[in-house]
Amino acid sequence: MFDAVQKPLVEVAGLKMYFPITAGVFRRQVGNVKAVDNVSFTIFEGETLGLVGESGCGKSTCGRAILRLYEPTAGAVRIDGTDVIAASSDTLRQMRPKMQMVFQDPQASLNPRMTVAAIIGEPLDEHTKLSKAEKLAKIYALMDQVGLNRDFANRYPHEFSGGQRQRIGIARALALNPKFIVCDEPIAALDVSIQAQVVNLLEELQDSLGLTYLFISHDLSMVRHIADRVAVMYLGQIVELAPRDAIYAEPLHPYTQALLSAVPEPDPEAEKSRRRIVLTGDVPSPANPPKGCNFCTRCPKAMAICHETEPQFREILPGRFVSCHLYEQTAGEAAAPGARSEHTEKTIQQGE
Amino acid sequence: MPDGALPVLEVEGLKTVFRTRGGEVHAVNSVSFNLRPGELLGVVGESGSGKSVTMMSLIGLLPSPPADVRGGRVAFDGLDLLHCTPDQLRAVRGPGIGFIFQDPMTSLNPVFTVGYQLREPLIKHMGMTKAQAQKRAQELLELVGIPDAARRLRDYPHQFSGGMRQRVMIAIALACDPKVLIADEPTTALDVTIQAQILELVKELREKLGMAIIWITHDLGVIAGIADRIMVMYGGQIVEQGPVSEVFHRPRHPYTRALLKTVPSVRGVREAKLNVIEGQPPILRAEPAACPFRDRCAQAFALCATANPRRYPVGPGHDAACFWDFDTGAPRPIDAIAGAAHV
Ligand SMILES: Nc1ncnc2c1ncn2[C@@H]1O[C@H](COP(=O)(O)OP(=O)(O)O)[C@@H](O)[C@H]1O
Ligand SMILES: Nc1ncnc2c1ncn2[C@@H]1O[C@H](COP(=O)(O)OP(=O)(O)O)[C@@H](O)[C@H]1O
Ligand SMILES: [Mg+2]
Ligand SMILES: [Mg+2]
Repeated sequence: MFDAVQKPLVEVAGLKMYFPITAGVFRRQVGNVKAVDNVSFTIFEGETLGLVGESGCGKSTCGRAILRLYEPTAGAVRIDGTDVIAASSDTLRQMRPKMQMVFQDPQASLNPRMTVAAIIGEPLDEHTKLSKAEKLAKIYALMDQVGLNRDFANRYPHEFSGGQRQRIGIARALALNPKFIVCDEPIAALDVSIQAQVVNLLEELQDSLGLTYLFISHDLSMVRHIADRVAVMYLGQIVELAPRDAIYAEPLHPYTQALLSAVPEPDPEAEKSRRRIVLTGDVPSPANPPKGCNFCTRCPKAMAICHETEPQFREILPGRFVSCHLYEQTAGEAAAPGARSEHTEKTIQQGE
Repeated sequence: MPDGALPVLEVEGLKTVFRTRGGEVHAVNSVSFNLRPGELLGVVGESGSGKSVTMMSLIGLLPSPPADVRGGRVAFDGLDLLHCTPDQLRAVRGPGIGFIFQDPMTSLNPVFTVGYQLREPLIKHMGMTKAQAQKRAQELLELVGIPDAARRLRDYPHQFSGGMRQRVMIAIALACDPKVLIADEPTTALDVTIQAQILELVKELREKLGMAIIWITHDLGVIAGIADRIMVMYGGQIVEQGPVSEVFHRPRHPYTRALLKTVPSVRGVREAKLNVIEGQPPILRAEPAACPFRDRCAQAFALCATANPRRYPVGPGHDAACFWDFDTGAPRPIDAIAGAAHV
């Protein structure tokens, strides 16, 4: 699936998004919230990259900065060949239809005073010159596509259930035939069985329209379902990025290991034997990240070097990126796969 | 009671109706269950299935109107909670039955510091001095994983993030060592690592204090890890109930079976497509005269549209409200249906 023919659609390099912290009457800047701190990754055309991590780690900020809904502090983002960060406002306007966003709270992101037809049609008004009849036909087609009954086109958002409202949000995101959609916790506010319906819809749409997703979620089991590759964020940085099956079967970064071990299993017998890595302490403030590795204050495997030197985010096995001193050595032995996996297994066992 | 212990809480035939402009909503329909000392009873079901209203009804927390608790009996500590004075109920809440809600803002008072709200019940119900209460309050905040606890006691609820507020709530509910703790989706809004800490904490406290817990959640993974017994609700009814491993491994109600299939796992086999239960739970305008799940049920047959099944015994301590018998792969015999006693 991730062979050489895959074409990068979204390329993010060294992305930083700092929010200034100001104080006093003159609002003097006294520091920065390093919400996204030097993040690099690629999303290939047609794939879903899952972005996971605990609340506050910078997932939403990352998604928004990529779409240039924020002005990033540093870094480059190319989408479909265009440098989004350097783009003029004209170029950006032309780019907008290609890149869309679906939000967590369908209630808050839909204007309560607009009908469903008006909500879905709004991007068409802004970016196309369709006749009234053409527009209505397109709105109906979009409603069909996301499984909304056309008869409800003139109803208001509050008349719909949470799952249906999320379908409205998705229909609106699809209106301009986007290539890339950032889905920011699109199912977090929904009931489990409805979550499955929305995830299935997103997957069907991806197949039929060739969409590329950045799927932001804190739900590791749903991400395992929908994502082709998964990036794990901690305190503004990506600590691990790998193909889905690999990361779930054999997480490399101690944080990924702890995170996955915390997910309960819907099976009472499995739960009895599940071994958990309990993290102690709290996530440090993104305004004041620790020296060395961002995870060193909570890492069960932290070594002396981790408190001194920031690890490099690098590819230690084909397609497997990790930012951890445990693997620094491994990264050097690029030509010896046997030795590599042995080392990997050993460290995993130590973790449990 | 198979183990002979007297239940700490007995609910019998509970019925709650909301009177709304659009007519009546029958949210809880003849719900009966027991809670044994020290047990953890998990309650699951999609939203709207009546979990919260059931628990709020039994401790008199629903404003009336619009809520009307129409019938039933709730035995706790020698009292019928449905026929108690407001003063009696207030004395039960806290040291008797503690509550943790889904939305912490409904039970935290915005005008008092968190420290005050933690100390109050300790002084009032536990007879502590202010200094003792202060120390205990700090311990409780530390217990639920709030950093810098001593300083945070001076903060007001709005100064806490959503997750932190939920932890404050848990600390308050635990303050008086209640006999029964009712937790309504307390970890739904929390991150998994924090959830794991809270679940660990609850297991510990249960062993230490021996309190019985009702834990409402839609996360079957959470239930699998902590519950002794599980109760599945749908349409304001208990559709299946039994020991947790029984219900997970031998689910006998089509709704439970469907629910169990919808949960993806991070460890087991990855399904190519997620299973869904099409449609939505009903809003019941009258007490259901037929099976409330029949429209979404793969097993439904003619009888399901004309009668509401009772809870049939299907295993040790395990019952299911369904006319279909999964063991024989056929409808239950008619006489069993006609003669079935209420479980
Ligand atoms: N507009 C903003 N101004 C200042 N700080 C912000 C802003 N948006 C987010 N943050 C901070 O940046 C960090 C990352 O937030 P966010 O991207 O929302 O995380 P996530 O989506 O992973 O929960 C948090 O510490 C948050 O408080
Ligand atoms: N204040 C209210 N007025 C009218 N109907 C209500 C009210 N509160 C709850 N309900 C209805 O009662 C039913 C059960 O709700 P609830 O117990 O909150 O479900 P759950 O906790 O299982 O999600 C639902 O149909 C809900 O719409
Ligand atoms: Mg977010
Ligand atoms: Mg509820």
